[in-house]
Amino acid sequence: MMRHFFALYLLLFSWVAAAQNIPEPMSPPRLVNDFVGMLNPTEQAQLEQKLRVYNDSTSTQIVIAVVKTTGDYPAGDYAFELGRRWGVGQKGKNNGLVLLWATDDRKIFIATGYGLEGAVPDAIAKRIISTVITPEFKNQMYYRGLDKGTDEIIRYAKGEYKSDASDGEGEFPIELIIFFIIMFVIFVIIRSRNNRGGGGGNRSSGGGMFFPYATYSGWGSSSGSWGGSSGGGGGSDFGGFGGGSFGGGGAGGDY
Amino acid sequence: MSKSLLIVVGIALLFGFYGCSTYNGLVGKDVTVQDAWAKVQTQYQRRSDLIPNLVNTVQGAANFEKGTLTAVIEARSKATGINLTADQLTPENMQKFQAAQDQLSGSLSRLLVSVEQYPQLKANQNFLELQAQLEGTENRITVARNDFNTTVKEYNTSVRTFPANLFAGIFGFAAKGFFEASQAAQTAPTVKF
Repeated sequence: MMRHFFALYLLLFSWVAAAQNIPEPMSPPRLVNDFVGMLNPTEQAQLEQKLRVYNDSTSTQIVIAVVKTTGDYPAGDYAFELGRRWGVGQKGKNNGLVLLWATDDRKIFIATGYGLEGAVPDAIAKRIISTVITPEFKNQMYYRGLDKGTDEIIRYAKGEYKSDASDGEGEFPIELIIFFIIMFVIFVIIRSRNNRGGGGGNRSSGGGMFFPYATYSGWGSSSGSWGGSSGGGGGSDFGGFGGGSFGGGGAGGDY
Repeated sequence: MSKSLLIVVGIALLFGFYGCSTYNGLVGKDVTVQDAWAKVQTQYQRRSDLIPNLVNTVQGAANFEKGTLTAVIEARSKATGINLTADQLTPENMQKFQAAQDQLSGSLSRLLVSVEQYPQLKANQNFLELQAQLEGTENRITVARNDFNTTVKEYNTSVRTFPANLFAGIFGFAAKGFFEASQAAQTAPTVKF
């Protein structure tokens, strides 16, 4: 019953109504997601290549998302939500960046993850859009605008993060398994004790703390569990997004 | 030991178990709400820190209409006057807090709209950066508010649903207020940068 209630609440109240028109990331995962087809395959591959290399060396994920329209939602809200849902950037570092381009709305927005707000402050994001990207877009030089824009972003974000030598993904399940084993053992011990003694009320009163309780986890972003097969981009593989989060940093503009 | 005593103890144990896990779950959710609230406050604070700078820049660069500026300054002092700690988040307090902040939002956006008439300001690099920062802060406020609402809804749901509400009553977990989409925000002029 509680579950039903909860689901109903979520349904009723989530502002994430915007989520309905946020597309799923392309599969296999890639950094340049052109849902409109504004870039030709060569241009896509070149941007993808550049961003992948950058991702490999710094773990900073810069995503280009091209959509038709952001609907009723401000471009910014759409970009934050997209970044959160896709989980752009690494978990913990939150070093993701979404460069959103809504073609019908003629809007561009750079959304920075929490971890990049220092390296690419709003004023800088605004400047990149108004002085680098917009002029090119006005001349319909879309590829050049995106290319120069991402160059500029990379220049600012340089040195902020390094990629980890070891892949942290494999470790998590092992910890989880150990945790469950310990929990199981404790549970068994408590149960056997309770079965033995009648007056076990004191001893077991602390048992409640072993019950896992739900904690809020934001818009649970999909962690990089997709297969690592590389898309058409060629070059290095892109293993998927890391589960970074966004807090409203960034700036936008029209062209 | 009689059988009925065993049953009573068993029920008491079950109750204790359940009470503990409910309590812990509520504490966890309460902490999440507090955390989200701290983020909301940080962003509002950031906005009110930016305003003196903005006012100075606008004043210095142009012979700006006084009324708009004083409205912003007054709204700011009113908004900073209301400070809620995480355990004061009753629906009434939240309403007051939100009303004060929304008034500030309204007067700020009026200021930024009237700036349109001053070309020398729009060419002022300092002002442009402030504007970008302010816009970014508004975005962060939106995100923080929505996150806060999500956590409060989750918290309120578990405080109110049966049977957790029995324990919530015993342990003193009250439902909390949240941000509502304000009328003012819907009628305020949209700021175009």
